[in-house]
Amino acid sequence: MISVEHLTKRYGRHTAVDDVSFRCEPGTVTGFLGPNGAGKSTTMRMICGLTPPSGGGATVGGRPYRELPNPGREVGVLLDASAQHAGRTGREALTVAAATMGVDRRQVPAKLDLVGLNEVAARRRLRAYSLGMRQRLGLAHALLGDPRVLILDEPANGLDPEGIFWMRGLLRDFADRGGTVLLSSHLLREVEAVADRLVVIGGGRIVAQGDKTELLAGGGTLVRARDGAALRAALDRAGLALTEGTEGLLVHADADAVGQAAADAGVALTELRAAGSGGLEQLFLTLTAGASTQEAVR
Amino acid sequence: MTTATTASPPTAAALPRHPGVRRPSLLRLTGVELRKLVDTRAGLWLLITIGLLAAALVVVQLIWTDDAAQTFANFFLSSMLPIGLLLPVLGILSITGEWSQRTALTTFALVPRRGRVIVAKLAAMVLAALASVLVSLGVAAAGTLVAGATGGAGTWRMEWVLVLHAVVLQVANVLMGAGFGLLLLNTPLAIVGFLLLPTLWSILGEMIRPLQGPAGWLDTGRTMEPLLTPDVTAGQWGRFAVSLLLWLAVPLVAGLVRTLRREVS
Repeated sequence: MISVEHLTKRYGRHTAVDDVSFRCEPGTVTGFLGPNGAGKSTTMRMICGLTPPSGGGATVGGRPYRELPNPGREVGVLLDASAQHAGRTGREALTVAAATMGVDRRQVPAKLDLVGLNEVAARRRLRAYSLGMRQRLGLAHALLGDPRVLILDEPANGLDPEGIFWMRGLLRDFADRGGTVLLSSHLLREVEAVADRLVVIGGGRIVAQGDKTELLAGGGTLVRARDGAALRAALDRAGLALTEGTEGLLVHADADAVGQAAADAGVALTELRAAGSGGLEQLFLTLTAGASTQEAVR
Repeated sequence: MTTATTASPPTAAALPRHPGVRRPSLLRLTGVELRKLVDTRAGLWLLITIGLLAAALVVVQLIWTDDAAQTFANFFLSSMLPIGLLLPVLGILSITGEWSQRTALTTFALVPRRGRVIVAKLAAMVLAALASVLVSLGVAAAGTLVAGATGGAGTWRMEWVLVLHAVVLQVANVLMGAGFGLLLLNTPLAIVGFLLLPTLWSILGEMIRPLQGPAGWLDTGRTMEPLLTPDVTAGQWGRFAVSLLLWLAVPLVAGLVRTLRREVS
């Protein structure tokens, strides 16, 4: 479990993180969303005791990170996949970490195997690694101590679509086994598929947080049929308000009501789904537009 | 393509708990830091270079110095020279490398008590310095054997207190390097600082008359010299200690404070 309370970080007159509070519960994946430079990484570094906060605090499993006796056994951290010595081999980087944590050395090949880095890749020096391979190694590094909490900063960066799909499965499985996952991203779509909860940050402040379904709902239902006119008539008859969208009809009702209306009228649907993150997406775009100019100013 | 996509197995088993995990002992951390000295190509080659240079100096003496001077003691003392100069660079790299290679992010995430990492690094360097004295003894012994066979003096007699002095000198050297590394946290700056500043101070001490008094106490080049002979007076030990206070203790303490406080990003 991760608990963040009133975390604040000021650099001179610039406030990078402003009174951020949220909780991540066991069994859930929390997506930490925000445009570049919104304060995601700074918040995560403060949780991990690497950056001293100007105010507030954070605990992992009930204790401040710095007071964990052997953090690697409780929290798997991946803050920057490129923060490894370029001259070490992949296997050596993990062996050093295993030795530090006192983890059985046989875990190294096991975890390399788990993240899909084969023997050839393990023997290669890190300067020859692609970003995707570094992310996989970083994930292996985070999982090495068999922790119950994962803190991952932009872990999908550099992964190919197949890799992203694989990582989602891994994180989902981890949470389903009682683990707590906090992962950040600047892409809504990337975390939407795996997160249970979302925390959206912009300009250092939390602008929205809650259940993913709650946050993403309110956008209505998107529906499409081969016979568009019949569908429209059916929905009108059921008294459902709708607007013409580019992808189909956007109905201000849940999928249940829309499907029933179509079935009653005998209209065959080709598509029926929640219209998705209209509201959140809009919020996200506003954030990005405002915040992008401040990027890299720290 | 060196990566393979494997779907994670559908396991329902709960994640393991690790009750009573202990923090890593200093012994374990020192072992890790020793390993990190040699597990990169840069570190390994620096060590090999140091060994080769120590051996090369012995060979040079075998070829060009007077037969009478080809003694164990002479071989031993001269082999210490490249080690005393380059071993601290390895120590600097082990500290500044954490920042330039950004491994501090993972190192301090695994061991948030940064002081323990630093202590482990210093311990690893002291061990490396002790090992270097063994290497010096080894190459000196080899040199003496060859000298004995090729008409050199090949005398084995040496005041054994010199070994103790050598240990003190080499440990002081690596810790001086570590101090510069901790204080500057930047590889080129720390190396140049370590190699150049004491020398610069020596030159200034020679040139500027008012500095000549303090230089006798603060110039490590001068205060270390007596330790290359068996007899060191109490006054010479005192000067040596004072010079170490300036060049070793002050950077080490200031550097420790800086490293503990610095933001890792």
